[in-house]
Amino acid sequence: MVCAMKPPFSWLRPEPTGLYIVPADAWIDPARAVDIALVTHGHADHARAGHRQTISTPETLAIMSLRYGVGETGARAVVYGERISLGGGVSATFLPAGHVLGSAQILLEHAGERVIVTGDYKRRPDPTCAPFAVTPCDVFVTEATFGLPVFRHPPIGEEIARLLAARENEQGRCILVGAYALGKAQRVIAELRAAGYRETIWLHGAMERMCRLYQEHGVDLGNLRPVAGVPRAALANAIVICPPSALNDRWSCRLPDPITAMASGWMRVRQRVRQRGVELPLVISDHADWDELTQTIAQVNPAETWITHGREEALLRWCELTQRKARALALVGYEDESD
Amino acid sequence: MERFAALLDALLLTPSRNAKLALLAAYLRETPDPDRGWALAALTDGLDFPAVKASLIRSMMAERVDPVLWALSREYVGDTAETASLLWPDPVSEPLPAPGVAEVVAALGEASRSTAPAVLADLLDRLDTRGRHALLKLATGAMRVGISTRLAKVAFAQAFGVSVEEVEEYWHGQTPPYAPLFAWADRGAPPPRTDLLPLFRPFMLAHPLEAETLNLSEYAAEWKWDGIRVQIAHVSGETRVYSRSGDDISATFPEIAAALSTPCVLDGELLVRGVHQRGTAGGAASFNALQQRLGRKRVSNVMLADYPAFVRLYDLLIENGEDLRERPWDQRRARLEALAARLDATRFDISPVIPARDFDELSEIRARARDEAIEGVMLKRRDSPYVAGRRAGLWFKWKRDPLLIDCVLMYAQRGSGKRSSFYSDFTFGCWNGDPDQGAELLPVGKAYFGFTDAELKLLDRHVRQHTVAKFGPVRETDKSLVFEIAFDSVHASKRHKSGLAMRFPRINRIRTDKPAHEADRLETLRAMIAPENALDRDQ
Repeated sequence: MVCAMKPPFSWLRPEPTGLYIVPADAWIDPARAVDIALVTHGHADHARAGHRQTISTPETLAIMSLRYGVGETGARAVVYGERISLGGGVSATFLPAGHVLGSAQILLEHAGERVIVTGDYKRRPDPTCAPFAVTPCDVFVTEATFGLPVFRHPPIGEEIARLLAARENEQGRCILVGAYALGKAQRVIAELRAAGYRETIWLHGAMERMCRLYQEHGVDLGNLRPVAGVPRAALANAIVICPPSALNDRWSCRLPDPITAMASGWMRVRQRVRQRGVELPLVISDHADWDELTQTIAQVNPAETWITHGREEALLRWCELTQRKARALALVGYEDESD
Repeated sequence: MERFAALLDALLLTPSRNAKLALLAAYLRETPDPDRGWALAALTDGLDFPAVKASLIRSMMAERVDPVLWALSREYVGDTAETASLLWPDPVSEPLPAPGVAEVVAALGEASRSTAPAVLADLLDRLDTRGRHALLKLATGAMRVGISTRLAKVAFAQAFGVSVEEVEEYWHGQTPPYAPLFAWADRGAPPPRTDLLPLFRPFMLAHPLEAETLNLSEYAAEWKWDGIRVQIAHVSGETRVYSRSGDDISATFPEIAAALSTPCVLDGELLVRGVHQRGTAGGAASFNALQQRLGRKRVSNVMLADYPAFVRLYDLLIENGEDLRERPWDQRRARLEALAARLDATRFDISPVIPARDFDELSEIRARARDEAIEGVMLKRRDSPYVAGRRAGLWFKWKRDPLLIDCVLMYAQRGSGKRSSFYSDFTFGCWNGDPDQGAELLPVGKAYFGFTDAELKLLDRHVRQHTVAKFGPVRETDKSLVFEIAFDSVHASKRHKSGLAMRFPRINRIRTDKPAHEADRLETLRAMIAPENALDRDQ
């Protein structure tokens, strides 16, 4: 008689719309509304509206509530390190991922098997969020947004110094920094403060509420003011932060001869810089670069690595070269280009 | 090298022409000799290091990076030099200080094929990522920072407050690092002499004719021939053939260079004799025939016999040392006609003036023109001097209207340069019958321009969302998107499965409104083959 053994980890199923935890009937970062969703972090491609129950960190729930007004009843807050039961013999623990405020890796345990789903993460120090915790597991489900060896983010201090130097060299102009409204904007501001920049930092309207939320969570961003209604002359030599979409928009016509900067890991590649019409590329990313991805896999040293989204072919190849078992999951819905 | 690398990046990221000019002018003013001369040569394609080619970079990287990781990186970045600059491993020991431009040029110039890998590796070790990129660009000669030779000359003129016409004139006799040119412009030394050498003189160019009509008593009309524009200079017993960019192509067309022995500088269109065409003198063949001759450094006797070249003359710039460029066009034309009668008739004829009484008649003649070697009509002001570049109101080109056909997108590949990492090289096809009766699409051409940046993003997204198969870097789409393709002509071709080759296809419109099965069929495209070629095919 043939014994019908379940293959290992079959209780966690990659579906096109997200990772499905079979015994708990719950999903991680699903791309459509579901009954129970575990959300790694607040970026729109991972945190979608409309789930009956959303389980995440208090910070991520606050971000989602700010964006979509998640009802009190549908939100279940879990602090870092707290182990909760999802039913069906599955438990979940949220661990810091170092990506943005509230971002978490989710450790799932079932029948003696441990799986970590990283969501998005980075390993560089970030004054606006808790650092990534290396945690042992059997299956490590990693992102691969910057999963090519050409992506090596320089130390953020160098990029901030270039921003400040450009401001010094171009008197009378202002520097317009395109940065994602959640995470990147606050990190750039906090790093400017850490570099000793004390002036008012000016914000595009789309940045204000998220910056306030960060400040309410104890992140010191210094003096911030909305740019709306401020006369052009008052913005000479100013630093203005806006969403990337506003960089080449009519909106920026109000600014005094702005130098267009963009804070993104994609700025490492010249033609991407050029495609965006950016004059001052700042290679600043909230994702792990190639070295961080490979080092993290080596440190966690799982029995299997699953790669969710980004440039998975190269990371798969690296796993093959270093004799690690790995597979690519074909999940859709995650923004290939965000960051 | 740091300053040069910073200049390259600044030029790349500065879209405005004026800002590019200011950047380059400042560099030329502030950088000492000979670095600035070598940099100028690098920017204007004046440097060639035979021992360093893109294949050398690839083989050096193959020794240092896993081939799969290299291929994936190269495909994403879209540029070999940049990919290598990003993937070059940090040196094991503390390197020597970064080299200057002149040192780099000297080292690369002395390198042989066998020493080049070590020389290049040493230089790469001594530079940071940006410096490595600048080095590899300089070494392989493809800058792509939006600096044309013309723009470089304008920047040079701007840097030192001299006229761009003088710069154009003196530039061509000089070799890098252009010490006499800088001595003249920067330090007031006498200008280099130009009258003793068969030098290139800048071409006069035309504006496209928009909606206006012109008075033919003020403008003369000539055919615009579909070959390559050339200048032939014969001075002191030496002849040079120059392309539009000023490249010396004498070796590619030796029969032309050998046929001229009158001291003069001529402007004309280089064409290939159409052996298949009827007519007594033998007309000009299509551009397809000329293409067989282009880009060859050496020409076989078979090539010379099968595709004999000749020049259809447009203008006379200098005759017997007398510079005619300030004279009005009709005077130069009279001198040209007199001179052309004395030249070797197998290699030179004159582009006739079209005998149209008025503009309406000219329109009719243009519409009736079926000769494949005709690209359109030129209109030249009868009193126009021969001036470098495009000056408003003097010369106009009035191209033939393009042909149009609806094709279906079949395959896409990532582009390079500005379009890198976007799916922007498109292969499209037509139906080989009735699609409702099981007909298939056959590729008929490729295009990678004609769309706006916004459309490029839309097309890139379409390709990503509609991929049905991948073959290496090529994605096959679900063949649901229709393009309206504009092209200049179509020819029978044995090289293509469809049996057809388009000339100069570009995407005219994206027809999201049109279902794929309503796209055109091969027979429609085949019917657009110009009559002479169609005849060939039947014979």
